[in-house]
Amino acid sequence: MTPRKYLVLLAIIVFASCGDTSLSYGMKRVGAISAARWTELIGAVVNPWVALGIVLLLGFLAAYSSALSWSDLSYVLPATSLGYVLLALLSICLLHEKVTLARWIGILLVSSGVAIVTRGPSATPRPGPGSRAAGEEP
Amino acid sequence: MSGLRTWCAIAGIVLSSTAGDVLLSRAMRQIGHVGELWRRQGLGAVLKAIVTHPSFLLALCFMATSFFGLLAALSWDDVSLVVPASTSLSYVTSAFAASLFLHERVDRRRWMSALLVCAGVAVLAT
Repeated sequence: MTPRKYLVLLAIIVFASCGDTSLSYGMKRVGAISAARWTELIGAVVNPWVALGIVLLLGFLAAYSSALSWSDLSYVLPATSLGYVLLALLSICLLHEKVTLARWIGILLVSSGVAIVTRGPSATPRPGPGSRAAGEEP
Repeated sequence: MSGLRTWCAIAGIVLSSTAGDVLLSRAMRQIGHVGELWRRQGLGAVLKAIVTHPSFLLALCFMATSFFGLLAALSWDDVSLVVPASTSLSYVTSAFAASLFLHERVDRRRWMSALLVCAGVAVLAT
């Protein structure tokens, strides 16, 4: 893992956290959509917060695709779950939410999961030279 | 009724997001290291290789399904169950699917990590 690869993982975390937050904030302003009127979901994308969330999640998709091109899914997913810890810490610091014991336990659990997986290899060794390189084109 | 609807939404979100992740991972592995491809052939070639890959397009469909499922769920009132349950469960299902379909070496370290993150996310997202 090079520093540049850690930057891509960081980009995944930031884009996903900001995108989800923006989306969740926007959907709360749109209000409840019942299952019977599911077509209203398509109208929800005109809300600016929902639209911003979608743009951020496109950035997430680009970073995520890039990471998956050189790393295992079972490495990238847990490694980028640190975003939940960041969100919890942000809500504690910025929104002055109460720090319950359950929250500390959650932060500890996710962080130890990330610590464990990032100490291991990021990709499964593949037999044969061509399995990961796209060097077959003429 | 509400309970059944919620658990159906959770199952749908978990399954479609896992399928999307597995397909995206397969597409990107077949395409190869995008950084190297970019240096060799330019950004246009990278984008073309990605958006024309059948697995990538199918992955997008599954991701869109889970995205709209979550959007719908977020607008319901029982968010405190749907979001932690669906996001945390997908860490375990993805580890399982990565081992089964992508033949990744999901060793004890990765299982432990997936389970810890699953438990932690469930606690944090509540």
